[in-house]
Amino acid sequence: MRVALFVTCINDALYPRTGQAVVTLLERLGVEVDFPDAQSCCGQPQFNTGYRHATEPLVERYADAFEGYDHIVVPSGSCAAMVRDNYPRIGAKAAAEGRGRVLSAAAERVVPRTYELTEFLVDVLGVTDVGAYYPHTVTYHPTCHGLRMLTLGERPRQLLEQVEGLQLRELEGAEECCGFGGTFAVKNAAVSSAMGADKARHIEASGAGSVCAVDNSCLMHIGGVLSRSGSQVRPLHLAEILASTRNAPL
Amino acid sequence: MSVTYLGMPPFPQAAQDSTRDTRLRSNLRHATHTIRDKRAGAVAELPDWAALRTAGAQIKDRTLRHLDTYLEQLEAAVTAAGGTVHWAVDAAEANEIVTRLVRETGEREVVKVKSMATQEIGLNEALEDSGIAAYETDLAELIVQLGDDRPSHILVPAIHRNRGEIRDIFAEKMGRWGRPAPDGLGDSPAQLAEAARLHLREKFLNAKVGISGANFMVAESGTLVVVESEGNGRMCLTLPETLISVVGIEKVVPTWQDLEVFLQLLPRSSTAERMNPYTSTWAGSTESDGPRGFHLVLLDNGRTDTLADQVGRQTLRCIRCSACLNVCPVYERAGGHAYGSPYPGPIGAILTPQLDSVETGLDASLPYASSLCGACYEVCPVAIDIPEVLVHLRERVVQGGTVTVRGQRTTVRPAKGHAAERAAMRAASWTFDHPRALRAGERLAVRARRLVPNRLPRPGSAWTDTRDTPRVPPESFRDWWRRTRTPAEATEAAGKGGEGKVRQERAGSARREGPTGGVR
Ligand code: SF4
Repeated sequence: MRVALFVTCINDALYPRTGQAVVTLLERLGVEVDFPDAQSCCGQPQFNTGYRHATEPLVERYADAFEGYDHIVVPSGSCAAMVRDNYPRIGAKAAAEGRGRVLSAAAERVVPRTYELTEFLVDVLGVTDVGAYYPHTVTYHPTCHGLRMLTLGERPRQLLEQVEGLQLRELEGAEECCGFGGTFAVKNAAVSSAMGADKARHIEASGAGSVCAVDNSCLMHIGGVLSRSGSQVRPLHLAEILASTRNAPL
Repeated sequence: MSVTYLGMPPFPQAAQDSTRDTRLRSNLRHATHTIRDKRAGAVAELPDWAALRTAGAQIKDRTLRHLDTYLEQLEAAVTAAGGTVHWAVDAAEANEIVTRLVRETGEREVVKVKSMATQEIGLNEALEDSGIAAYETDLAELIVQLGDDRPSHILVPAIHRNRGEIRDIFAEKMGRWGRPAPDGLGDSPAQLAEAARLHLREKFLNAKVGISGANFMVAESGTLVVVESEGNGRMCLTLPETLISVVGIEKVVPTWQDLEVFLQLLPRSSTAERMNPYTSTWAGSTESDGPRGFHLVLLDNGRTDTLADQVGRQTLRCIRCSACLNVCPVYERAGGHAYGSPYPGPIGAILTPQLDSVETGLDASLPYASSLCGACYEVCPVAIDIPEVLVHLRERVVQGGTVTVRGQRTTVRPAKGHAAERAAMRAASWTFDHPRALRAGERLAVRARRLVPNRLPRPGSAWTDTRDTPRVPPESFRDWWRRTRTPAEATEAAGKGGEGKVRQERAGSARREGPTGGVR
């Protein structure tokens, strides 16, 4: 089984610890993981803002960079959803614009092999107990694209529930968007901030020491709101909790 | 002709004002959360909801594919049943037809059933210009009309008002238009409803002309269907001598069997009821019962153009249930008025820009009035993928493209004001497509990481006004991997090889170069 990590651009540049945690975790589970250097960004920021044409080279790059791997593991719900939901659309639109099937073919090559991290763990490896240890209180925020586009469902919770020592705290309005939304966060800053403030309030009220999610982009927004308000709650990617063990605690 | 109200600012500006209005926010929060929870309960009762939803979407799609056929079938059936059918290509023509029809009756007053289509075309204003007074009879529309206000929700147009405000509006304004509110009016729902009942009863009994929309039109029998909760609609549909219905062409369904699906989907999605309280159906007119004259005005107003767009056409499935508004976190905080047209919330964000033949600054901002969280798509009873359409319309704004306007394929240029963003997006794509440039950029960020202030000047302030910035780590993942995982001598070769290989394989690909391709 050849497994590649698609770390995503935001994790690469801003949250390398999440990528490192995925590597640690997968290796602990006996999976050899590779990091193809030709990878970069899935193109989501451009695509979701309307710059579909600017996204096209990145679709091809992704498909080429991950050629030959059986599984592509992505520690981001929204980037995995970008590949799975939007790459075929980009291909179809390019074909409709009379530019052939190259992008559609690229999408077809990668869509079935792209997995968000919790999907890979639960569906491919068939594990929910990954031997993690994190003796703290945590609340889980299901980020929108993981929740609704990938329909991750209970997978992240199943994994969290098996973490030794971890106390999961309920989050009011958990399934409500945090307000990040990519360029939405700056284009509609007032509404985005109002949504973020409500999310932060619910997180505080949960009494958890950290808020966990499968998307660092949302956590960047949530964490930014929390830290501006002087909150002590820590934003944490799920991978970092799952990588934590008794011998090497987070 | 534009569907948006005159002089509306772009969405972010209007929405910003609403987020500061704490009373509005708490009214909206309370109302939308209550109804969204109820809806979830009503939908969960049906084990076959998913199948119903698929059926609803498919019936609409099939009908839209053969819209011309079904509309002609409908016209024939309505005519055979004694009604008269009029075709209106746009708002101006529809208003002209209705005004003429009312004039012909010699009346100067009409009573109205709650209708989105007549709001879309600004019928009340058009009638007023011709000296005809149109009285809204839906309770919430009455509140809006008396308050000289605009509706802010499809189903609950006065959702932005609370009971105290409604009491004040009734006490102050009712007398000016008819029977005044009783003295010492309180703000209990029963008292408010009774005041409205007395005020409206007088209107119903005097009215000679009624104007309505319709939720559905059944092609096979020429039947119109109005679905409402108060019974006021039925009064307007049955008491006057003349009835004029203005209905969007996408409201047609082929048969009664198709209608059945929607009569299950609509009430549970909109009011969380199992069955709708007042469902009125009629075909044409009869001598002995109800209005003697019946006119159906079939309204296009941008719908055929919307139908021409492969991604956008799903918008026409909408049955105006407003479930998408009630779950939308943006609507909840921005309020309905920020959307600048009778269609607020997620459906407004995709419908308004498509119906408009004249692009306004508001139209260009509406597709961005969403975090793309997908809650709207999840609840939509006819499975309109609103996020997909939003992104599709965003493309139109920043890339331009081909659209159909009045039946003509037209090339639209990108909207103004996106030059800097476009340059940034293209630069980002270029960098992401050139790993060495990407690595250099990441290293530059790492070196400058202590220089990033927590408060940025514009446009960065849009982020940092309310949020701290993330800290740039001392090393990118890419560099960490290289440092710890790759044997030293392989490092450079791998880096270059990776890029070279990808480049080579992609020679002769579909990438479009040239003037519009820009940097790609
Ligand atoms: S888009 Fe869907 S959810 Fe929204 S009003 Fe229309 S039918 Fe209802």
